[in-house]
Amino acid sequence: MEQPVIALRGGVASLGGRPVLRGVDLAVRPGEVVALLGANGSGKSTAVRSIVGQVPLTGGELELFGTPQRRFRDWARVGYVPQRTTAAGGVPATVREVVSSGRLARTRFGMMRRADKEAVIRALELVGMADRLGDPVDALSGGQHQRVLIARALAGEPELLIMDEPMAGVDLASQEVLAEALRAQVARGATVLLVLHELGPLEPLIDRAVVLRDGCVVHDGPPPEAVGQHALPGHDHVHPHAGPAAEPIRTGLLT
Amino acid sequence: MDILDLAFMQRALLAALLVGVTAPAIGTYLVQRRQALMGDGLGHVALTGVGLGFLLNESPVWMATAVCIAGAVVMELIRWYGRTRGDIALAMLFYGGMAGGVMLMNLSDSGSSANLSSYLFGSIATVSEEDLVAICILAAFVILTTVGLRRQLFAICQDEEFARVTGLPVRMLNLLVAVTAAVTVTVAMRVVGLLLVSALMVIPVAASQQIARSFKATFALAVGIGVTVTVSGTATSYYADVPSGATIVLFAIGLFVVLTALATPLAKRRAGRTAAAEECTLEAPGERTAADDVRV
Repeated sequence: MEQPVIALRGGVASLGGRPVLRGVDLAVRPGEVVALLGANGSGKSTAVRSIVGQVPLTGGELELFGTPQRRFRDWARVGYVPQRTTAAGGVPATVREVVSSGRLARTRFGMMRRADKEAVIRALELVGMADRLGDPVDALSGGQHQRVLIARALAGEPELLIMDEPMAGVDLASQEVLAEALRAQVARGATVLLVLHELGPLEPLIDRAVVLRDGCVVHDGPPPEAVGQHALPGHDHVHPHAGPAAEPIRTGLLT
Repeated sequence: MDILDLAFMQRALLAALLVGVTAPAIGTYLVQRRQALMGDGLGHVALTGVGLGFLLNESPVWMATAVCIAGAVVMELIRWYGRTRGDIALAMLFYGGMAGGVMLMNLSDSGSSANLSSYLFGSIATVSEEDLVAICILAAFVILTTVGLRRQLFAICQDEEFARVTGLPVRMLNLLVAVTAAVTVTVAMRVVGLLLVSALMVIPVAASQQIARSFKATFALAVGIGVTVTVSGTATSYYADVPSGATIVLFAIGLFVVLTALATPLAKRRAGRTAAAEECTLEAPGERTAADDVRV
């Protein structure tokens, strides 16, 4: 069998003393598109953040491209879209500057050569933001901002794309653009792991869905059928559990 | 111009120029990651180094550099490990540094209160040949770091989590930012004084932000503003016989006010240009398109 790109076995992690992952098994094979689903607090974000090394695993094994994650250094192969960036950005920055930082892993000593600059433009074209190159990111809407963060991950032309709720706070038109961008990545052979709240326009792309509940995998297979109110025709995707959902998504770059 | 014929003023102007470049350069990164007042804390810590220099009859600039770098490293360690009680620990470090400096100065034979205040508020006309050599070496380090590693530093200051997943040595780079800030403090110490160091790291950046739209432009303009106020402030302090540090900082604040006043009409013009391109029209009912994304 082909070596999995991500192999997590019995992953255990806790946040603030509370166990969040309680023995999660997750394998993602090359070229697969896997959606990680589950309610708020089910541990899906923590699972993704432990895979990229942001949350330490207290138990279990994790391999990326066949290398134990602890010794994995080849981060240029991974593109990451965080749910929101850490509070930073007291200084204005343009779309180009932010997306260029996604190309760093591919450059030598941070030198941007012509190929690197072209890759940045290509990534922005993929998400339909190439005309906003010189605009400051704090002038963008939530959906545009999310597209920039995705372009940043795509700028490094990663083999593995990991996205934490890329569709949160993004309107339908932007979701379609992102679905198209993702389709192009899959077509060129990229592997994708994404945390989602709802499948939405991405549904046809998803090969497999893994559902977490209370830090355990409760479903691993084809995308599950919608249940309850979600299954009703004309379901409006207004999520009461999103809490103060009216608030725009905070990615940190906007502040 | 007679001011350029005087050896001490030549030294003073060169030192001022270097401070004008280095303080806003590292300051841009500090402001970006919302640590604008880090320089202030490091300035407090550096005073212990100055006191040690007097006590041991060593160069106060080099001793301050050593102590300040040690303080910066401790600050970074506190940031990594002591999240919950971090601010208490930082307060201990800062005020301990200040108190230690005053105490050590008093214990030494050569340290007087006049000396103390020249380090606290700057005394540019007393910059010695030896000081200037130290300032040049330290400034070269700061410029090399802030310009040479600008992409890496931008990445970690903009989004630390993302930078880590890019494979950047985030801890090393964070440490480098802190150490560079510490070095800048000692570069600026003789010119604006330890209590006003932070002003030169923050105010030019804040002023520059009023009109700049990109990080690169903010950085460049902040350095330009920094050089303008330090050099003109130093010259003014010579002619008007006023303290250099205070003059420079007041000039910087003045420039900030002017740029803020200029920024409002500028922003309006930019907004006006966009608005003119697309007029708003009210549509007849039922003309919503899918792109409106109104889901009812």
